[in-house]
Amino acid sequence: MMTDLKEMRQALADALVKTAETDERIVVLEADLMSCHATKGFKSAYPDRFIDVGIAEQNLIGVSAGLATMGKIPFAYSFGPFATRRCYDQIFISVAYAKQPVKIVGTDPGVTAEANGGTHMPFEDMSLMRAIPKMVCFEPTDATMIETALPHIIAHNGPVYIRMPRKKQEKVYDEIKDFSLGKAIELRDGKDVTIIASGIMVSRAVEASDILKEEGISARVLNMHTWKPIDEDAIVKAVKETGALVTCENHSTNGGLGSAVAEVVVEKCPAPVEMIGVRNSFGEVGKLPYLSERFGLTTQDIVGAVRRAINRK
Amino acid sequence: MDKTKLDFLTQKARKIRDDAIEIIGHFGSGHIGGAMSVIDALTVIYYDKANINPSDPKIQDRDRIIMSKGHAGPAMYAVLADLGYYPKEWTKTLNQNGTNLPSHCDMNKTPGIDMTAGSLGQGISCAVGMAIGARMDKNPATIYCFIGDGEAQEGQVWEASMLAGNRGLDNLILFLDNNKLQLDGRTDDINGLTPASDKWKAFGFYTQEVNGHDIEAISDAIDNAKAQKGKASMIILDTIKGYGASFTEGLPNCHSMAVPEELWRKETGRYE
Repeated sequence: MMTDLKEMRQALADALVKTAETDERIVVLEADLMSCHATKGFKSAYPDRFIDVGIAEQNLIGVSAGLATMGKIPFAYSFGPFATRRCYDQIFISVAYAKQPVKIVGTDPGVTAEANGGTHMPFEDMSLMRAIPKMVCFEPTDATMIETALPHIIAHNGPVYIRMPRKKQEKVYDEIKDFSLGKAIELRDGKDVTIIASGIMVSRAVEASDILKEEGISARVLNMHTWKPIDEDAIVKAVKETGALVTCENHSTNGGLGSAVAEVVVEKCPAPVEMIGVRNSFGEVGKLPYLSERFGLTTQDIVGAVRRAINRK
Repeated sequence: MDKTKLDFLTQKARKIRDDAIEIIGHFGSGHIGGAMSVIDALTVIYYDKANINPSDPKIQDRDRIIMSKGHAGPAMYAVLADLGYYPKEWTKTLNQNGTNLPSHCDMNKTPGIDMTAGSLGQGISCAVGMAIGARMDKNPATIYCFIGDGEAQEGQVWEASMLAGNRGLDNLILFLDNNKLQLDGRTDDINGLTPASDKWKAFGFYTQEVNGHDIEAISDAIDNAKAQKGKASMIILDTIKGYGASFTEGLPNCHSMAVPEELWRKETGRYE
C-alpha cells in the first residue's frame, strides 16, 4: 500500500474551501489550532466565515451551536481530546440535545497524536460521542474518503463527529463508489473470519488478510468508517457467512468499535468476537510504530486475533 | 417613556408575574425565584423592544431572546403564552408528562424559545454565536441574552464574554440578573461576582447598571445599548430574587420551592 499524496487535513480544508464557494452556510471555527489543521486557506478565502475563538473549547462548541441556529453549518476543529472531552456537556446540550447540525472535527486520534503524548492522545473520544443520542461518529480512512464523505456530512441534518488524522495516511482508496455514512465498505472478501476495522487500522487489516491468505485462511475485511449508526446488516451478514469477527480500532475497547460491533452481535447473531484496541490504558509519547506495538495495534496483533477467533468457532 | 406605555408595561409585568406563579402552581413547585426576578426586563423586551412575530416565530430577521439561565423557563412561558405563541392551555402543563413546557428552556419543544438552555453557562456562548452569525449575514437581529449572577461562576461565561467583547458585538445585549442569591445561599458568600460591572467593563463591554424592577430604567438602558456602535452591551439588573410575590420575595431559599394551590390562588387572586 502506498502513502497518500495528500494530508488528510489538507484534503478536508481544500474540500471545505471548494464547497463553501457555492454553499454559503459553511463556516469554520478553530480554537487556536488553525496552523495545525491547514484551515488558513479557508480563512484567506472567506475571512468573514472563519472564526478563531482562541483557546476556549466550550465556547467553540457553544458559538458553533449559536451559528447553526442562524442557518450555518459550522465545522468546529480541535485536537480529538479537546474537541470532545473538554466540551462534552456543550456538545451534549447545545449541539445534540438542541438538534443543531454542528460538525466537530477531532484530529490526531489515538496513537496518531504521537509526540503530544497522553494528554493529547484520545482513546475514548468515540466512546464519548457514541453515548450521545443521534450523534453520527465517523472515522475517515484516507484523503479520498474525507473528500468523498464531505457532501454526505453536510447533507446530514444533525451533528457529526469526524475523527481524523492530520497527516498522510496509507492510501486505501483512489475513489469510493456508493459511499454512505453508516454503510461499511468491503475491502477483501473472505469466508473464514471477518476483520472489521476503522481509521489507521484498515490498511493493517488488509495486510493481515493478505498474510493469512498465505496460510490458507480466508479473511474478509470491512471498513467500518461509521461507528454510529453502525452497519448492522454488514455485521450480521459477516457473522452468518464467516462465523467469527475481529474488530480493530485505534481507540479504547471500552465503548469503542469493538463494543459497538459486540452490541449488535450479542443481540442479533452471537458469535466469537476478538477485539484489537487499547486496553484500559492512557496514551504516552512515541513514534507511531512504537505506540502501535505498545498498545497492540500492529498487523501481527491482528493476525494473532484472527487465529484466536477462528479457534473459538 | 410616556405614561400610557409605562402603565401598560407595568400592568403587563404584573400579569406575567401572576401567570408565572400560576404556571409553577399548576405543577406544585418550581424555580420561582429566578423567574420572578427577570420578568420586568423580559416584559420591556418582549412588549416594547424586540422585533418578533408570534405568528411566524422562526422568521430569520427576528430578534433572539436567549434565557441562558434556563431554569427561568416559566417566566418565558408566561410571556410567550400571553403573546400567543401557543395555546394558553399549555400553561397548565409545566413539567407534566409529555409537556411542551419543560422546567428548562427547550427550543425544540416550545415555540418562541430561541435556544435550549439549562446547563448553566452555555446559552451565552450560543448567543455570541448568533450575534456573529447575524453580523455575517447583515441580519439586523438584536440578540438579547439573560445570565444569572450565580451562572457567572461558570468559566464558559467568561470565554463567551471575552470573545463578544473582543469582537465588539454591538448586536448583542447581555443582561445579568443580579439577584445575589443562588441555590446554596448568597452569591457573594459562595463565590462572589462583585464588582460585576468592572468585570464586564474590563472585557470591553458597554456596561450599565439599573434597578432591574424599574421598567423605565430598563427601557432606557436597552435604548442606550442599541445606540452603542462597536461594543457589546451588558445591562446589570439589580434585582430581588422572587420579586413581586409575597411568599418568595428576597427569600434565601426561593430558588426552587413548593407552590401549593392555596398559595398561588391567594397570591394571584385567581380562584376560577
